[in-house]
Amino acid sequence: MMHFLLLFSRQGKLRLQKWFTPVPEREKKKIVRDMTTMVLGRKPRSCNFLHWKDLKIVYKKYASLYFCCGLDAEENELLALEVLHRYVELLDKYFGNVCELDIIFNFEKAYFILDEFLLGGEVQETSKQVLSRSIEASDMLQEAEIDNSDYDLELGWP
Amino acid sequence: MSPSVRLQEMIRVIRGARTQGEERGVIQRECAAIRAQFRQADNGTRSHNLAKLLYVHMLGYPAHFGQMECVRLIASPRYNEKRVGYLGAMMLLDEKQDASLLITNSIKNDLSHSSQYVQSLALCTLACMGSAEMCRDLAPEIDRLLRASNSYIKKKAALCAVHMVRKVPELGELFTPAARSLLSEKNHGVLHGAVVLITELCERNPDTLEQFRKAVPELVLMMKGLVMSGYSPEHNVAGISDPFLQVRILRLLRILGRNNDTASDAMNDLLAQVATNTDSSKTAGSAVLYETVLTVMDIKSESGLRVLAVNILGRFLLNNDRNIRYISMTSLQKIVQTDHNAVQRHRGTIVDCLKDQDASVKRRALELSLALVSAVNIRSLMKELLLFLSSCPPELRAHTTSGIFNAAERYAPSQRWHIDTILHVLTTAGGDVRDETVPNLIQLITTATELHCYTVHKLYRALITDISVQSLVQVACWCIGEYGDLLLRGECEETEPVQVTEDDVLDALETVLQSHMSSPATRGFALTATMKLSTRITHNVDRIRSIVSIYGSCIDVELQQRAVEYNALFKKYDHMRAAVLERMPVIDKSSPGHTNGESAGGTIKELEPAKLTQEIVLPQEPSNQVCDLLDLLGDSGEPFQPSPSLSSTAPGPASSTAGGDLLDLLGGLDVTPAPPSVTVYEKNGVTLKLQTDRQTDTGMTVTLTATNSTDGDITGLTLQAAVPKSVQLQMKAPSGDVIPAHGLGQVTQTVLLNNPNKVSLKIRVRVCYTSQSSVCQDTVQIDSFPSTAW
Repeated sequence: MMHFLLLFSRQGKLRLQKWFTPVPEREKKKIVRDMTTMVLGRKPRSCNFLHWKDLKIVYKKYASLYFCCGLDAEENELLALEVLHRYVELLDKYFGNVCELDIIFNFEKAYFILDEFLLGGEVQETSKQVLSRSIEASDMLQEAEIDNSDYDLELGWP
Repeated sequence: MSPSVRLQEMIRVIRGARTQGEERGVIQRECAAIRAQFRQADNGTRSHNLAKLLYVHMLGYPAHFGQMECVRLIASPRYNEKRVGYLGAMMLLDEKQDASLLITNSIKNDLSHSSQYVQSLALCTLACMGSAEMCRDLAPEIDRLLRASNSYIKKKAALCAVHMVRKVPELGELFTPAARSLLSEKNHGVLHGAVVLITELCERNPDTLEQFRKAVPELVLMMKGLVMSGYSPEHNVAGISDPFLQVRILRLLRILGRNNDTASDAMNDLLAQVATNTDSSKTAGSAVLYETVLTVMDIKSESGLRVLAVNILGRFLLNNDRNIRYISMTSLQKIVQTDHNAVQRHRGTIVDCLKDQDASVKRRALELSLALVSAVNIRSLMKELLLFLSSCPPELRAHTTSGIFNAAERYAPSQRWHIDTILHVLTTAGGDVRDETVPNLIQLITTATELHCYTVHKLYRALITDISVQSLVQVACWCIGEYGDLLLRGECEETEPVQVTEDDVLDALETVLQSHMSSPATRGFALTATMKLSTRITHNVDRIRSIVSIYGSCIDVELQQRAVEYNALFKKYDHMRAAVLERMPVIDKSSPGHTNGESAGGTIKELEPAKLTQEIVLPQEPSNQVCDLLDLLGDSGEPFQPSPSLSSTAPGPASSTAGGDLLDLLGGLDVTPAPPSVTVYEKNGVTLKLQTDRQTDTGMTVTLTATNSTDGDITGLTLQAAVPKSVQLQMKAPSGDVIPAHGLGQVTQTVLLNNPNKVSLKIRVRVCYTSQSSVCQDTVQIDSFPSTAW
């Protein structure tokens, strides 16, 4: 399973953090620091796999963002690269030509998309179309509620 | 204005802050506003405030005051509030917080909500941060969802069940039936979840594993369908149909086929098919092939399939993609022990990877290369390894040198090659070798008797070029001290001889002695070597005398002690100097005084650095060597009367005092039960006991113990021994020559015997002592030995 997924910029600023195991707050900060130092310190054409404690670390750079995940030792690293790529594709489809600013200003949406794709550290849906459809449906449900509530407020109904 | 713009505006303001202090100020203001909003009644903006708080939390600021708000929002009937509430719960709460218990009820309710999206939120949160109690509470709910719901929920419930089983393994029994029925689903998401769940159940419970072995044919069919199916737009990734599902199925097959012949047979065909049909031009295909290879190597597959798998790994080695080369080598490392020959075929490519730019790839290539060394390829492979050593990154050097030494030791085709290799390593990376290298190399040099001339020439040349590498300098000094006469002779068969004078050699040694680069241990080596040369050269003995006397007042205590002792050797004991400084015998690798890397016992290893640092430890040997005459030994059997400065009687110059201490320490370490001893001589109150200890097939240690039951001390005790012609004898130094009275103490002398022809062993012992001012001398012949002897 995946233990954590981190997104950070070239300067080491955290843009998204998802933890699939219970980790104390201080420990989380330390892991984030370790990951950013390790990954940012890699030379440009190194391979994308690292070892850290007893986990395999797989990372990939997309434009100005680093996607970094920590896996169990028996996981398939090449598949993990595919998982990261799939997540980027989902973000791209949702935001339309996604860039780092999209993820900064709409971080909660990035989380919602991630929660549709990964559950408990494992992939839950392998079809891009099904995923996009369910994300859209949830958004529509959210919009419908907000519209309703706005409407209620305007008319002063309880 | 839509409320969410306020969140984005806040983000913009925070990002616009020019300094850390400004940012902190903005955030403090916002947090205060958020806290105030939380205290107010519901005004429709709660979710946005929590979202703002979550952003602040991601920047690293404390946000614990938002925990209760998460709980409240989760309980709200509105979907958008629930959504942010659950997100907050996953980010701010974990199972260790008390507030997490409060959401259990909400989750329970939401699991049965009419909207599947709300159910999905609850499942997601439960799988992310559900504690063991929550899992136990809600397991029946999850089981229900696994059976009777739509595929959207089923797939999430399956993964939630996986989390529960990880937290509370006993729940595995609850989920097993549902998991089995999920295998017949068509939906890929559900299938994927089901396979993950079954994998988890089988890993934890061997009974469940047995049960699911029956599902192997079904899984094989499923996999075949995926591999042979045509293009499916929904699941296609770079030409592979649903690689995520394929990899998980392969992993489950691996677990089911492990150690089981029937299951492995059932999947043989499929694995061959996947291996041949999968297109590996993109990562997705390579991922599937990689998993296939891992499965083939782990189950009981037939040999043809295994060869196919290793060939796939070999193909991966040639791939342009660095990632694929890396994982190929990791896998080859795992199988190099079991499928050695198959991996050997790819040795060329592996060795090429030593030159890769990437440090991880280099490390893997190094480990694989070291594992592939064999008697056949040692010469060519060593060339590559030495080339690698000259350009390898510093963090890999120590590992490389120790690997090279191990390989050289096991497979060296000739002694000269072995010595050359070690010297090459020392010149290239002498600073990164282990401490045992110096004594090991010296031992090797002494055994290669015909190469002494060659070795000393090579080392002399290395020494005059560069004296910074301590290990090399130490070995060079030792050799020059031992074999300096060969150097001065000016002729050598194996290599170009140097024409040096005695002054040149002494100059070289003195440079080492005086250089600030030399460590104290190295200077010790150099001083001893200089001293040894005093018996091997003819003209410049005075120069040596003056060097030795100068160092008699050196600040370094070790050097000073040596110099003083050597001075004494010049003055009072000049008649013994030649014997003391004689050529060293071949050092036996298994003797207790010799540290030999891995084979040395832990206790001995710990003592070594404390006592001797870089010094060689020599066995205690008087100058009498092999005696193959039945005649009793001559004068050489007499121990030397110790003078106060030379505390032990051993002539080994390098470690006379320290070595003696070591022998005592080693004596203290002896924990083997004492073999039976036999009394061989009893007269005038002096009792001599003999004890044998069989060490090897042909070697034996004999310990002679002398005790004294008279009223007065026995002084001047000497023991001499003689053995039949083919037996080799080595007398160690006795523990003393005075036996205290009334049996208060004893003297022991160890004798090492080597009986290669296994002749019947006899030993004649002459014992000589002074008792009550009269000298006694007796001879005892021992024809039969205690039962521990052969």
